[in-house]
Amino acid sequence: MVRVTLDNVSKFFGKVKAVVDLNLEIRDGEFVALLGPSGCGKTTTLLMVAGIYKPTRGRILFDDEDVTDLPPKDRNIGMVFQSYALYPHMTVYDNIAFPLKLKKVPRQEIDRKVKEVAKLLQIDELLDRKPAQLSGGQRQRVALGRALVKEPDVLLLDEPLSNLDAKLRILMRAEIKRLQKELGITTIYVTHDQVEAMSMADKIAVMNKGRLQQYADPQTLYNKPANLFVAGFIGSPPMNLVEGNIVEENGTYYFVSSSFKYRLPSGVGELIASETSSVILGVRPEDIKIVLGDGDDNVISGTVYVVEPLGRDLLVNVKVGETLFKILAPADLKLEPGQSILLAPNEKRIHLFDRKTGRAVI
Amino acid sequence: MARSIGRRLLPLLFLAPMLLMIALAWVSPLVLTVYLGFTDLSIKNFLAFVKDFFTDKVSITLDNFRRIFYAEDPYVGETLRVTVLYVVSVLSINAIYALALSIAIAYFTKNELLSMILRVTWLLPRITPGIIYALMWIWFIDPKYGLLNEMLRLMGVPDSWLPDSWLLRKPYSQMLMIMINGYVGASFGMIVYTAAIKSIPPDLVNAALVDGASEFQVARRIIIPLLKWPILFVTAWQTLSLLSSYEYILMVWGAGSGQGYGIARSAGVMVWSLYSYTKAFAEHLYGYASALSLILVAIGLALIILYFKIFGFRRLMEPSRVEV
Repeated sequence: MVRVTLDNVSKFFGKVKAVVDLNLEIRDGEFVALLGPSGCGKTTTLLMVAGIYKPTRGRILFDDEDVTDLPPKDRNIGMVFQSYALYPHMTVYDNIAFPLKLKKVPRQEIDRKVKEVAKLLQIDELLDRKPAQLSGGQRQRVALGRALVKEPDVLLLDEPLSNLDAKLRILMRAEIKRLQKELGITTIYVTHDQVEAMSMADKIAVMNKGRLQQYADPQTLYNKPANLFVAGFIGSPPMNLVEGNIVEENGTYYFVSSSFKYRLPSGVGELIASETSSVILGVRPEDIKIVLGDGDDNVISGTVYVVEPLGRDLLVNVKVGETLFKILAPADLKLEPGQSILLAPNEKRIHLFDRKTGRAVI
Repeated sequence: MARSIGRRLLPLLFLAPMLLMIALAWVSPLVLTVYLGFTDLSIKNFLAFVKDFFTDKVSITLDNFRRIFYAEDPYVGETLRVTVLYVVSVLSINAIYALALSIAIAYFTKNELLSMILRVTWLLPRITPGIIYALMWIWFIDPKYGLLNEMLRLMGVPDSWLPDSWLLRKPYSQMLMIMINGYVGASFGMIVYTAAIKSIPPDLVNAALVDGASEFQVARRIIIPLLKWPILFVTAWQTLSLLSSYEYILMVWGAGSGQGYGIARSAGVMVWSLYSYTKAFAEHLYGYASALSLILVAIGLALIILYFKIFGFRRLMEPSRVEV
């Protein structure tokens, strides 16, 4: 097992800047997710760690060894591809044995290791089959087996669950996480699915347009997003974001948008006003309470637009002027479209972002 | 009702010109070849024969085949040997050497532009008019003015080692025959192979690299096994086309003069199809030439049936399929 360090790594394809000045440290045995929308540079980053791509600039270290110029075969990595990339002309057994054969491991040992991994992944019944005769989930396990059999220092997973059906995906999610903890292999996991990243990873590196946006554990990412992109990307349904200004009236600070006015907690206002007055207010759907009848004085009034029952909760769409809020409410709340209600955001859990830079101010 | 008939006839209408061409240029010659192969038509009895065409007055005979199979024609054996040499050697260039080249160009050459230039270079002989290509070879190997001897002299090969004629001296003449045809033929395999190599998902190659394979091992253990069908396809197709091709040999060695054999026979490059051609158009023994061709047709048909058995019709129609 090793520690993986990306030191100011950039990768350009002609004029396209796929990855720009990426700094990342993945500790020994850690499970890190690279999360971002398609085209954000996460797979490029993974392929650079694998050695398939060479960084245009910067260094990649395994522990203290500089591996930037090492070919893939000298890095001892295991990788699972999104397409699984099983060799179609080989049986499951030969697919898993392939990395060991290339290492010239004695035949008996190959046999022992292949059977061991196959048992671990519950594919020991399938060893004689060809990949074309397997289901998606089985192929996925074979790909995982091929990556694990060589006992890699680093395990790289490129959207390994995206081709599975929803039910299997949730099952494999837990299984991969358990396997990773059991084997303690340093793991980098590429995904565009924030739920996958949140549920599996020790730490998440959120990327956008080739740049690292935030590198933190899931809780921090969710509760303290560093910027607008992270705030909007993490969480489902996404955070409500409203443009507005900070305005001072008689020593009290208010957030004023085109459709409502909201009093900011004391202290917060001054802090923000000292930096900027043009901001974006962010509140997560579960951090707004719906108040029927009279509430306290710092509420926003709106009308119910549409109600989406999700089973465990209701997703209530509320119109406040031109702004649409999405709010998670208890399932037993009775609401009708057109009904007037009051919204009470949780003061302690509001986010404010600088409108110009997108950076979080609080 | 009228509409459904129209719908059925319309495709036939579009196909008619092509079907007519096939009938005129392919089916009728085949029928004629079969018929003539069992007659003694030659320039001597030509006029009388044409009058009696397809009547009882024409005597149907197996003489032609007796001459061929009982070695009554002394040249049949040699022609057969040259044909086997020709087909096997050119085929190995077209199917196997082309494979090595394609992997070198489409996989090992990572620079796309260079790879494209190399591919076009190998296509040049095919897009050059055949007669120009043949003339260029004749000039290239000319003992007096040709570039080849000049180049060899520059490299320090003494004059006494050079043959007085590349065209006539065996084995040089036969090597020349193989090279001239191989250089043209390799491009067919290369088009099929490079397309197939390019259609291998990059993930598969990357997976092998990550698994610890060197570039060479990727070629040997991943790319070549995946090209199984394209390789079989090119081999099958080229065998058929080589059996019946003789145009470059004819253009370089000629079929005229020297009792109608040109210098092809003395140079040891007389392949079966060229032999049939000279029998017909130099010696004017039409019946005998048809019989010779008929044997080629029979071999070709047998091979086609064999290939259909191996590949199945669908596979044969999908040349660049890669099994993934």
